[in-house]
Amino acid sequence: MTDYNFAYLDEQTKRMIRRALLKALAIPGYQVPFASREMPMPYGWGTGGVQVTASVLTPEDRLKVIDQGADDTTNAVSIRKFFEKTAQVATTTRTTEATVIQTRHRIPETPLGEDQILVYQVPIPEPLRFLEPRETETRRMHALEEYGLMHVKLYEDIARHGAIATAYAYPVKVAGRYVMDPSPIPKFDNPKLSDCPAIQLFGAGREQRIYALPPYTDVVSLDFEDHPFEASKAPHACALCGSGDSYLDEIVTDDAGGRMFLCSDTDYCESRHERGAA
Amino acid sequence: MTPLLSVKTLRKTYGAHVGCTDVSFDLFPGEVMGIVGESGSGKTTLLNCLAGHLTPDRGQVIFDTRADGPRDVLAMSEPERRMLGRTDWAFVHQHARDGLRMNVSAGGNVGERLMAVGARHYGAIRAQAADWLGRVEIDAGRIDDRPTTFSGGMQQRLQIARNLVTQPRLVFMDEPTGGLDVSVQARLLDLLRGLVRDLGLSAIVVTHDLAVVRLLAHRLMVMKDGRVVETGLTDQVLDDPQHPYTQLLVSSVLQV
Repeated sequence: MTDYNFAYLDEQTKRMIRRALLKALAIPGYQVPFASREMPMPYGWGTGGVQVTASVLTPEDRLKVIDQGADDTTNAVSIRKFFEKTAQVATTTRTTEATVIQTRHRIPETPLGEDQILVYQVPIPEPLRFLEPRETETRRMHALEEYGLMHVKLYEDIARHGAIATAYAYPVKVAGRYVMDPSPIPKFDNPKLSDCPAIQLFGAGREQRIYALPPYTDVVSLDFEDHPFEASKAPHACALCGSGDSYLDEIVTDDAGGRMFLCSDTDYCESRHERGAA
Repeated sequence: MTPLLSVKTLRKTYGAHVGCTDVSFDLFPGEVMGIVGESGSGKTTLLNCLAGHLTPDRGQVIFDTRADGPRDVLAMSEPERRMLGRTDWAFVHQHARDGLRMNVSAGGNVGERLMAVGARHYGAIRAQAADWLGRVEIDAGRIDDRPTTFSGGMQQRLQIARNLVTQPRLVFMDEPTGGLDVSVQARLLDLLRGLVRDLGLSAIVVTHDLAVVRLLAHRLMVMKDGRVVETGLTDQVLDDPQHPYTQLLVSSVLQV
């Protein structure tokens, strides 16, 4: 199959996206506008992540795609196939073997290394969006570092629920400057953003924004002095591998209240299983 | 005595149309200045120029800052001006909806300014919000209710609490009693008068309601067609108007 340019996008587009990526890496947490292309998939299915992946991919790379931690869900399977077809790169489900990992809404449990790139699919890049609808105003707030409003949201959470109830897309401050939406990852994953050896790239296709965290960037989750940030998860162990410290999915098994908790990171769960069996 | 705010030959035009021109005055600490005039006379334009919402074409607005003494607000950088806007200045809008976040609870509305200047202790922010709700006569039990569930008068009082929580020294008010019925107006005026006196606030009140300035303002400026036509002590201007337009304005009020 040679009808496609390597990794689907044409070279000029990749060049444009790489320039945006370099700028994003130079200003951690800043949202760089880019001319997002039409991709052969609907907005909201990861068009931003796919464009970023296509721009950083080389023929020697080994790609892993996860959707909510799983390698075998529709979104993950179709994006993996897309790059198998258009870039003919090797793919894997093993976190440790992958050089590029595209993810939707999770960070793998296995710690990442310096030779890896993590690409996030981002639906809404603007952390202030639902607090201040005007884009002109939010940009000015970023520029002037006026982030009081972000705490108003957290205040409302505590006033209404007694604790910070925001469970995903939990706002973070990057390198002491920009407030960033870490994409809808559970707040359990927030501590993994900070001081990570891998490059983290965020692509929002519909919103036409790219932002990034260079390796070993300081990322702090916002909180109050008397209501500190807490990386929460379901208080159970995985029903399959018995892990007590991984993020769990709750699965309803019947209509009589039966449920089980499983690792959301399928690769992590399976590799623990194999090691246990061996 | 240094004036808190000193305005010099301010002018703002919209194309060929004059918004306001040749406005100069001094406002001293603890003083309340009323600006009256009919619709379209340029009073709101003037207020917006002073508060930094509009950029005037000419003139100076010199504010006596806490840190560096008198400085021209128009020559300040935007971050400085915005910082002033949420610490030493307050702006009370005619419609409470413009000044409040309608989808945020009353407590959050009052706490926003505190969080904007760096307060990060939930308990302390909430205690201050509750205190301020009490001061503007809103029941502390409604601290977690949204302003959409409040009456017009309560919304206006909430807006005032939200503005005063950082203890500003200068308050801009644009028709603070507009759209409220007379008994609610009377209560609001009473409250404002108390707050201005207790906190030693300086204020600039724009209104077309002469009763409001009679009760609140120490000094009065009458505007017509973008120009100041008469200034003086409130009682003096209202009881012995000199300019024909002021005479018309005063005589237009129905004496019940």
